[in-house]
Amino acid sequence: MEYTILILLLPAIMFIFLGLAGHKLKPKIAGIFGTISLGIVTLLSLITAWEYFTSPRVNGVFEKIIPFNIEWLRLGEFLHIDIGILLDPISVMMLVVISLVSFMVHLYSMGYMHGEKGFQRYYAFLSLFTFSMLGLVVATNIFQTYIFWELVGVSSYLLIGFYYTKPSAIAASKKAFIVTRFADLGFLIGILVLSFYGQTFGFIDLMGGNSDLALQGAAQKSFLGIGVLSWALGLMFIGAAGKSAMFPLHIWLPDAMEGPTPVSALIHAATMVVAGVYLVARMFPLYIVYAPGVLEIIACVGAFTALFAAIIACVQTDIKRVLAFSTISQIGFMMVALGVSTSMDAHGGLGYMASMFHLFTHAMFKALLFLGAGSIIHAVHSNEMKDMGGLRKHMPITHITFLIACLAIAGIPPFSGFFSKDEILAAAFKFSPMMGWVMTVIAGITAFYMFRLYYNIFWAKEAKHEHKPHESGFSMTIPLMVLALITCVAGFIPFGHFITANGLVYDIHLETSVALLSVGVAIISILIATIFYRKETQPIPEMLASKFRFIHKSAYKRFYIDEVYQFITHKVIFACISTPIAWFDRHIVDGFMNLMATATQKLSYLIRNFQSGRVQQYAYVFLLGIVVIVGLILLIL
Amino acid sequence: MDYSQFLYMKEEVSLIVVMAILFLYDLIASEKARKYFSVVACVLLGAHIIYNLIPTSTPGSAFGGMYYYTPMMTIIKSILTFGTLIVFMQADLWLKREDTKFKQGEFYFLILSTLLGMFFMIASGHFLMFFLGLEMASIPMSTLIAFDKYRHNSAEAGAKYILTAMFSSALLLFGLSFLYGACGTLYFEDIPALLTSGNYMQLAAFVFFIAGIGFKISIVPFHLWTADVYQGAPTPVTSYLSVISKGSAVFVLLTILMKVFAPMVTEWQNIIYGLIVITITIGNLFALRQKNMKRFLAFSSISQAGYILLGVIGGTAIGMASLVYYVLVYMVANLAIFGVISIIEQRTEKVSMDDYNGLYKTNPKLTFLTTLALFSLAGIPPFAGFFSKFFVFMAAFKSGFIVLVVIALLNTIISLYYYLLVVKAMYINKNDNPIEPIKTDCYTKISLTICLIGIIGLGIASIVYETITAFSYGM
Repeated sequence: MEYTILILLLPAIMFIFLGLAGHKLKPKIAGIFGTISLGIVTLLSLITAWEYFTSPRVNGVFEKIIPFNIEWLRLGEFLHIDIGILLDPISVMMLVVISLVSFMVHLYSMGYMHGEKGFQRYYAFLSLFTFSMLGLVVATNIFQTYIFWELVGVSSYLLIGFYYTKPSAIAASKKAFIVTRFADLGFLIGILVLSFYGQTFGFIDLMGGNSDLALQGAAQKSFLGIGVLSWALGLMFIGAAGKSAMFPLHIWLPDAMEGPTPVSALIHAATMVVAGVYLVARMFPLYIVYAPGVLEIIACVGAFTALFAAIIACVQTDIKRVLAFSTISQIGFMMVALGVSTSMDAHGGLGYMASMFHLFTHAMFKALLFLGAGSIIHAVHSNEMKDMGGLRKHMPITHITFLIACLAIAGIPPFSGFFSKDEILAAAFKFSPMMGWVMTVIAGITAFYMFRLYYNIFWAKEAKHEHKPHESGFSMTIPLMVLALITCVAGFIPFGHFITANGLVYDIHLETSVALLSVGVAIISILIATIFYRKETQPIPEMLASKFRFIHKSAYKRFYIDEVYQFITHKVIFACISTPIAWFDRHIVDGFMNLMATATQKLSYLIRNFQSGRVQQYAYVFLLGIVVIVGLILLIL
Repeated sequence: MDYSQFLYMKEEVSLIVVMAILFLYDLIASEKARKYFSVVACVLLGAHIIYNLIPTSTPGSAFGGMYYYTPMMTIIKSILTFGTLIVFMQADLWLKREDTKFKQGEFYFLILSTLLGMFFMIASGHFLMFFLGLEMASIPMSTLIAFDKYRHNSAEAGAKYILTAMFSSALLLFGLSFLYGACGTLYFEDIPALLTSGNYMQLAAFVFFIAGIGFKISIVPFHLWTADVYQGAPTPVTSYLSVISKGSAVFVLLTILMKVFAPMVTEWQNIIYGLIVITITIGNLFALRQKNMKRFLAFSSISQAGYILLGVIGGTAIGMASLVYYVLVYMVANLAIFGVISIIEQRTEKVSMDDYNGLYKTNPKLTFLTTLALFSLAGIPPFAGFFSKFFVFMAAFKSGFIVLVVIALLNTIISLYYYLLVVKAMYINKNDNPIEPIKTDCYTKISLTICLIGIIGLGIASIVYETITAFSYGM
């Protein structure tokens, strides 16, 4: 399957080509180039998936294949950094998800970004992002993951700040980069600790390979009362939490919505933000064996984040922010599913399968939601709910596809979200009833805020528009329809036949009680939302908002987490630590350096006469040099 | 006589063939055909490189041990020839001038003779052979330096070079006579067994030897000719001097230190230690104040020689690998800068650093390339110079010279200052009368592109360093 290298190379080449020569092309031509190359990549990914999943199983599992690998840097006897491609069930699934969503976004952007300044630059960055994200998922070793992890961060930074003349976009891009970089520090330390003990970066070696012995030895060692491997895997989770916007590192994601909406769909809904989930899934065998405690922490963080973000999503008025918090909440679901897994077998590992399944379905319907939101924003030129309302008559395709996505995320059968969420809830109930109930409640809140969003956009009171809103063009509606179609049928994919914790076939069967419960909760929530928001006037929400004003306001202000960060960074770190250090740097360190520089300059002035230009003097110095060396040796020896 | 020994000399023989063809071409080619002299020279030399790229023979010796061969030498010779090819390309514009056009054949022939001398020097197994090679590399060099003989500077530089070369050769021979007196032989293979630690006569011999070869590498205090000669010589010759001539000498130095003077390892390590410290420091201190680009690069190359010696001091195979890699990386960066200087000098006669003010406005591409080359020389990642510095530091560090590495590291900070000074001049300093946009010819374009690829690619493509390492263990 050597052709998989093309999946990586095509976007990389396209980035270089569009980056260097893009401004010479017509914008449309550049867009077509980008879209066609991504179309080919998507096709190759699908072929890869087909070939991979139809290949015979060995001992009941799909084999891990490394079709391409080069040693890039050797660091010692054991450690070497490779760049390669690893195909296993989850990486193949991710290839399909990323290339498909990216292709849809490329196509969609042809219409959405039409006429924007820097159209070619936009496509170059999209290619860069796609390349980095694909490189991340097919990494053969954790260091390659890290390299592409950072590349993904950079391209996200570039795309959030795409409108670089807008101060809020600049601030958002910096915030996203700094917060995730900060988390990546944990990731890097985790990598170094793990590879130090495991003596390898390679995933295959780390998981049930040659470094088992080394890791078992390391499992005995501890630092500050906690095992070193727990430290390593816990630190890695910090990196994952940063990228996947887990509480309290979630603050960058809502602001990242300053970027163009298709970018939000691609990066901040479907692909990059699930990189953290993917990382935990990738390292899952190690978590299970060496750090079950960390898994429990992951479950708790995930559950709290899911709840926290779902509450905030209920009161936001910017539709992209609602979707952003919904994304955070849904990623929390995936993290919970991973965290509640207790073993590799079919029952303990149900959560792992559910998490990957939800990652897949979520990528599709969340991309659909964002692209739908983009279509709406394109029509009314505003992100605020109050500027929308009653759009169902003007934008039928957007309306229907958006509704399908809302039903999917709310967990209504037969849409895809129902199946994956059901598995997550089943896994959570198996872990502990408490966790199961919490997640069911959050699922209810999800259905509520999604339909609040839906009614406010498509029903409710129609706002006054300068131009009459109209349906978007084909380049934008086709991706919507494709994604809606996938959302309708994806739930029937026998996912357990492809991806499970231990690789063996597992038949998904609905747990009737859990399914009934979750559907029941979802329907009740949707009914409440219908009563609250369908009408042109909305008396009940207004009444509730004024009655619980404090809670409403703090939820609207996202529970002041940003303000807390602001306080910690500006008042505590900047004022108490950075300022004194800056003073020390400016006066003591710089002073010393200036002294050195002056001394060097003076010395250089003093010795200038050596270089007189007279060759006879050169000979003297030559000879003198020899005499001095001989003399010194005679003296010393 | 066993003619199969000539097989070991594949490189030398093929170089002689190239020289012979060029010589005949110079004699018999018509006026029209002479226009293509540079093409012929470059193609022949390129063919020579390709023909000799892959080491074919196993290690061995010829002519009763006078000549030595190891696969590593093929690598070294290929690197030197490759550099020479780039110099040929960059020299074309200068050679096409009215006053040099009629003697371009001499240029090629003389350069290749020095290269042949270096080949013999590198492959020598006897001090006599070494000395012959050294002289063969030096004497044509002085004619090359004085190539623009009607220009005062060039003639003066040639005279200075030949005088200093004679002086250092005399000292080297004096040292060799000591060595012969102490050991009774000049074969590299026989000497180690006869050397003893702490013998004054042998030590004196060693110091004289170092002085002789230090002149070629321009180690302080044997460096004083460097700045004047670099400034006076035609720029392509300067770049040849600073890269190829210097590179060959360090290769020889390390080979002889490892092969011949191995029993005196502690003594020579002490000497080299001191030489490295003063070479880097003095080179840096002088470079700070230079206003002429070629003089500036002369001192920069002195300080770089100090860094190259860091690979020598350990006397290990890793040191050899890091040194070869360093020379290769240094070569592409230095040739890039000299290529730019050369074309600017040819087009506008400007070589002062002040003339480079505001170059970015008029010649962004050349400026960009120069910037990358300077970054590489200063050792800023991700350019190749960072990796090469890293490897020589690593080699010295592994041999236990921690203080030395710290001193060298501190000196890189000083070097950063003066390299960035040029960058600042090109980008930030204002100039009312900047160098006008320069049209580069095809040769310069190709050579600069090769250098650019080298500056960026050599560090990232780990295969280069690994290949060199693999061969250096077998030497």
